[in-house]
Amino acid sequence: MDTDSPLIAALAMDLDRSFETLVHAHQDRIYSIALRVLGDPSDAEEAAQDTFVRAYRALATYEPSRIRELRLRPWLATIVLNLCRSRLTRRPDAGRAPLSLDIALPGDLEPRTADGYGPAARAAARDAMAGWADLLMTLPPTYRSVVVLRHVDGLSYPEIATALDRPEGTVKAQVHRGLAQLRTALEAAQRREHEEMTA
Amino acid sequence: MTTDRDLEAAMAALLTEAPSALAPNILAEVGLADHYARIDSPIGPLVVAWNGLGVSAVEAAPDAVAFEAAHLVRTGRRAYPAEHLPDRLAAAIGRRLDGDRRVRIDLDLRGHTDFERDVWHKALEIPRGEVRPYGWIAAEIGRPRAVRAVGTALGHNPVPLIVPCHRVVRTDGTIGQYSLGGPANKRTILTSEGLDPDAMESAARAGIRFVGSDTTHVVCLPTCHAAKRITAAHRVPFRSMGSAAAGGYRACRVCRPGSGAIAA
Repeated sequence: MDTDSPLIAALAMDLDRSFETLVHAHQDRIYSIALRVLGDPSDAEEAAQDTFVRAYRALATYEPSRIRELRLRPWLATIVLNLCRSRLTRRPDAGRAPLSLDIALPGDLEPRTADGYGPAARAAARDAMAGWADLLMTLPPTYRSVVVLRHVDGLSYPEIATALDRPEGTVKAQVHRGLAQLRTALEAAQRREHEEMTA
Repeated sequence: MTTDRDLEAAMAALLTEAPSALAPNILAEVGLADHYARIDSPIGPLVVAWNGLGVSAVEAAPDAVAFEAAHLVRTGRRAYPAEHLPDRLAAAIGRRLDGDRRVRIDLDLRGHTDFERDVWHKALEIPRGEVRPYGWIAAEIGRPRAVRAVGTALGHNPVPLIVPCHRVVRTDGTIGQYSLGGPANKRTILTSEGLDPDAMESAARAGIRFVGSDTTHVVCLPTCHAAKRITAAHRVPFRSMGSAAAGGYRACRVCRPGSGAIAA
């Protein structure tokens, strides 16, 4: 992406002096991808750390010309997803949602209190986030990954296609199917809440 | 009814700030920053700094701020405080200080000359409870005339105690300088390793540089573990390797006293 161009130039010129800038520019998105795919904060922190360590070691072996051709956003996404995938394979329990009955219904995104900034509003926003994160964990890993890349990280379809080395059409279909499953899971949770209230 | 736009907005809100330890951990792992923590030692609390390449500093730092500032100036890297050393590193350093030379401790010695590294690697061979003269190191690394430079290199040792520069003494047998807080600390550490610095110095003042056994006719540096086993009745002091050789003594193959003698 264009915002990475000066960074790419700096990395090609002096990796050790500019690597910290890369970490600060990309750590939130890489950690978020890992967290939303794996579901566990300490797993996600390890995967994110490994991602940057691998990136550094790879960059250290690349010629400047090769670094200048890199597209950092999809490149780092590829690394973190590969690491997430191997973590999920190693520990089949990891990254699987708890029983769907336990999932809290995501709350409203808009704060309910009048000012929208009080502790109650913040707590409501936190609950909503946890609910959505749990819902996301009900998706199979393949759909979850593409939904996270597209809608949590905000990668474009061409970037996702590059990152996953899949045709753009396939990626689009997977994102749409992922969102549809998310909606189904949400509606199921809503129905359950309604039944509990009327029981 | 939840629209696609609602779903997408909910997903976008799942972007989360990375934990504050993530960036320091990454930078330390690739060797672009360090962690540091305090450890206890015979000369009081010390600061140990390390990164993914190995231990990078051992210091008697007055306080954290002073250490971080000095570390940045010396290495160009930031140092981040840690609660304690990683368990494996703490155990390895403990065993090394107890005299176990087999335990592996990776060191980050970037930014130093080949000569300095040669000196430090040679110092690593000196067992706990023994000392060698500066001239011995110079001769052993093939630079017999560089005795003064050896002293300077030992003074620049970034990881004292782990690289035991305290086990290198002056060729005249006096204790000599020490980078980790001065000669008094050097005496304390040597004492904690079972040596008697006062006795070593008074023997040196009396001109005793080497000790032989009249049963084996092997001559050693005075603190060589082989020399310590010689009983008083069979102990023969020498002022020089020349006089030992004249008496029919050969040099110990472990402490190689000749190395020091050539350089002295």
